[in-house]
Amino acid sequence: MKYRSAFDIIGPVMIGPSSSHTAGAARIGRVARTLFGHQPKKAIVHLYGSFAETYKGHGTDLAIAGGLLDFDTFDQRIPQALQLAKEANMEVEFVIESTVTEHPNTVRLQLLDDEKELEVVGVSIGGGTIEITELNSFKLKLSGENAAILVVHNDQFGVVSAVTTVMANNEINISHMEVSRKEKGKMAMMVIEVDQKLDDAVLKEIEGLPNVTQIIKMVE
Amino acid sequence: MVFRSVAELVELAESKQVKIAEVMIQQEIEVTGLTREEIIAKMDRNLTVMEQAVERGLKGVVSVSGLTGGDAVLLQNYIKSGKSLGGNLLLDAVSKAMATNEVNAAMGIICATPTAGSAGVVPGTLFAVKEKLNPTRMEMIEFLFTSAAFGFVVANNASISGAAGGCQAEVGSASGMAAAAIVELAGGTPSQCAEAMAITLKNMLGLVCDPVAGLVEVPCVKRNAMGASNAITAADMALAGIKSRIPCDEVIHSMYLIGQTMPTALRETAKGGLAATPTGKRLEAEIFGRQKQTQN
Repeated sequence: MKYRSAFDIIGPVMIGPSSSHTAGAARIGRVARTLFGHQPKKAIVHLYGSFAETYKGHGTDLAIAGGLLDFDTFDQRIPQALQLAKEANMEVEFVIESTVTEHPNTVRLQLLDDEKELEVVGVSIGGGTIEITELNSFKLKLSGENAAILVVHNDQFGVVSAVTTVMANNEINISHMEVSRKEKGKMAMMVIEVDQKLDDAVLKEIEGLPNVTQIIKMVE
Repeated sequence: MVFRSVAELVELAESKQVKIAEVMIQQEIEVTGLTREEIIAKMDRNLTVMEQAVERGLKGVVSVSGLTGGDAVLLQNYIKSGKSLGGNLLLDAVSKAMATNEVNAAMGIICATPTAGSAGVVPGTLFAVKEKLNPTRMEMIEFLFTSAAFGFVVANNASISGAAGGCQAEVGSASGMAAAAIVELAGGTPSQCAEAMAITLKNMLGLVCDPVAGLVEVPCVKRNAMGASNAITAADMALAGIKSRIPCDEVIHSMYLIGQTMPTALRETAKGGLAATPTGKRLEAEIFGRQKQTQN
């Protein structure tokens, strides 16, 4: 089921005018920033479908920039977000795409700074609810609502069980988990959503495991 | 257990002999792990946002584009004149629904119910019916949980996105949710709530999403007005004992199928319907031409 909570329906509290094109867009921007780890130097925002056709009228550009600045959906600074992004030395560029995507409200974000680059695809499915469907060309499904970690690792036997053993030893319950890879034996990724809070010690332990190359945390 | 259909929702409420609102609250406790108090407090905050939005809208607002604003006030003044034909409660609901959407269009703070383009119907009807039924604060909060329960089924089985399913998925869903919640607040049974939702949604099937200039203004604000009056009428019909010949879940499924076959031009792309009329296009050119000038 795509919607889990009464507050997906009655909510979010938000700056108008559109839950999918404004609030959802802000949420995607904010989750992308969280995945990146901090404010990027530059963001290239590719808009598809209805996002591409009506982003101006809905303030989608302002909302995404606001999300990248770590604003919540009800932050009154959203209408000034593009100006504020400039002042915060974050370059935001919009690209209007004509490719037809599976869901009409799709955005592809490329976030960059001197050290790294991250590509995130987000979909605003309605009522402000979002899904992250792609990360550095890994297919995944992430709501952005729950505490989660993404573990990038080498596609070797035993890595999944090593990671889940750390979780078990720390009494952390997994609510959702996905494993995917680009090519057999090469780079792979785990998406793990959990019920409990993940403290830094646990993350460090996982990061130190053999064959684990990177950890991205998404903790509320 | 999580309910997946309106039939299951009604069955749960009737077998436990509780309100639909209570079924939603219990599910929320189960799914989120939050306490009852935390969940009620969260909805209370949403209710406060709705109250403040209506209050602000009734003072008169104008959107950034200048296309909408002030109609909620015009209607309130008309009600006060004593000349209204449609009944004061109905028109009050219409005015308060528009007030919310006018604030939304002005980039003010609102609560999406279930979306922001359809944010007016649920609070508009609640605050109008409130004047007659004098509910407690808790009953008003329950009104929102009942709305949520019906919206939850629609969102998971069909869609609440105009881009995916047209306006029937947004204002249609909102109106059905409101109708069901009005019935429960007025003392109707869970089945009557479902009948009200079915009757309302049937009257919204096929409604397209065709916003002028891609703004959530024309015709969105007035579609919320129509949605509010539709919800109150259907609620009265259901309370009178009228039943929908097509069960609620089948109406929801047909809404989904209609959305699937709706052309892209009529699903929030601002390329068809009212957006493509000569006036719609002229307004678009005027608004974005003017914004460009101010940017330069």
